[in-house]
Amino acid sequence: MKRIYVNEKWCLGCHLCEYNCAFANSGSDDMVKALKDVHINPRIKIEESQGISFAVSCRHCTEPLCVKSCITGALSADNGVIEVNKDKCVGCYTCIMICPYGAIMPGSDGSVIQKCELCTNNSFGEPACVKGCPNKAIVFEER
Amino acid sequence: MNYVVIGNSAAAVGCIEGIRTADKTGKITVISSEPYHVYSRPLISYLIYGKTTEQNMKYRPDSFYEANGVTPILGVTATKVDYEHKKVILDNGSEVSFDKLLFATGSSPFVPPMAGLDEVEHKFTFMKLDDAKALQTVLTKESRVLIIGAGLIGLKCAEGILSKVKEITVVDMAPRILPSILDEVGSEIMQKHIEEQGIKFLLSDSVSQFHKNTAELKSGGELGFDILVVAVGVRPDTKLAADIGCKVNKGILTDAHCATNLDGVYAAGDCSESHDISIDSYRVLAILPNAYMQGEAAGINMTGGEKRYDKAIPMNAIGFFGLHVITAGSYDGEAYVVKTEKTYKKIISKDNVLKGYILIGDVARAGIYTSLIRESTPLDTIDYDLIKEKPQLMAFTATDRAAKLGGTEE
Repeated sequence: MKRIYVNEKWCLGCHLCEYNCAFANSGSDDMVKALKDVHINPRIKIEESQGISFAVSCRHCTEPLCVKSCITGALSADNGVIEVNKDKCVGCYTCIMICPYGAIMPGSDGSVIQKCELCTNNSFGEPACVKGCPNKAIVFEER
Repeated sequence: MNYVVIGNSAAAVGCIEGIRTADKTGKITVISSEPYHVYSRPLISYLIYGKTTEQNMKYRPDSFYEANGVTPILGVTATKVDYEHKKVILDNGSEVSFDKLLFATGSSPFVPPMAGLDEVEHKFTFMKLDDAKALQTVLTKESRVLIIGAGLIGLKCAEGILSKVKEITVVDMAPRILPSILDEVGSEIMQKHIEEQGIKFLLSDSVSQFHKNTAELKSGGELGFDILVVAVGVRPDTKLAADIGCKVNKGILTDAHCATNLDGVYAAGDCSESHDISIDSYRVLAILPNAYMQGEAAGINMTGGEKRYDKAIPMNAIGFFGLHVITAGSYDGEAYVVKTEKTYKKIISKDNVLKGYILIGDVARAGIYTSLIRESTPLDTIDYDLIKEKPQLMAFTATDRAAKLGGTEE
């Protein structure tokens, strides 16, 4: 299955992936309207320290601890893509407790969680973070 | 192969999904006293609150049994296991044969003997869907509710019903709330937050006698109430297993393959004891993620496959009135503590591994901590100062990160 992979040597720490993610999942088709004066809460997040930076988003594990641990059944694997059903999620954060990558986070109002779904459930259809990465530090491929 | 699962909750689902990874055709029968499609018990407080519905609280889709070739026998109780002849006897007189058996019988609320309890008209426990439905029928805006037990179940109940009732008082013999998951500082933070919502606590106290709608307290006072919820704890349902010779301590004793001492018989979930690596001891870890993972391991092993369940630790993610708490492991060791007005962080290390943590308020990326405990990662192989600051992958080596994020090994 195609997954997002990160090469930290090529990451510029520009945070464009975060903005592209927030835009892709905003439901808006106007990036300025979607992001201007908004405190973004993207599903991919940059870690950076002392000249090292890299993006972290859901690994879509083949043995997903989040799916196994989800107390509601809101998280499930659909052809390998780990998805969240926000109608079922109650925001207990058990998935945040168990994800070894720290790749699941509360949604903006905290009542449900959010996570990378590889842009399969928004109008982009392919990962916006990858498409917008200026230095190919994030790729979407089979390995 | 003929598999039988007694129980129909997270451990049962884990078992079914585990079996089906390896055996697509074996017969699976699930037996449960409850007449419902598998649902998530921890959601009953959210059901009353209105955050979920009976449909949305189903733990698996409506198609689950059919899609997995499972025969559900629901609303029927398994009364006995005949291990010699490999069959389960049901209260409707029928029998179900098995080659491999899983006890996923869960636990039941413990109601201690309390003087005058028989006189109380509206009394409830709070564990199953039927408990929530029964409680819902009597809640009114005028209800004064007395909850015995300031643990996870009692307080989730309080949160779920607060907006539907007039007042809630929680009584507990213990001097602090949520003692099973928090230390004293954490308990204090949560108690203050919950009190600010309007819930009253009477701690280090208990009911010495009920007189209909009045509770006489050990401390001397009296408390009027309309509805009583008893949530002092649960006990593993182990009788069926003990009767056939399964070793039982508090729960049914299981090994790293979730097997009992009897050939072909497994146990998973709240009814079982497993090895807690954070204290190197066997105990009941009655939490839903563990139940699923035990069930899954049992299921795979029941097919003849190999799956170890050997990373068990206590871990809880829970929130009350918007304040989130995530805890894991044990708290015996060297503590690193950061407390602010709204947040609390305590992380505990011992013998070069992370043993446990408490996070209140800021729980972001807690799973990185949980993983360090579950994997027993030697702390001298990571940057522990960075980990103490916050959960982050930056604390790992570039090689480890390349594996985690770059797919250099899977």
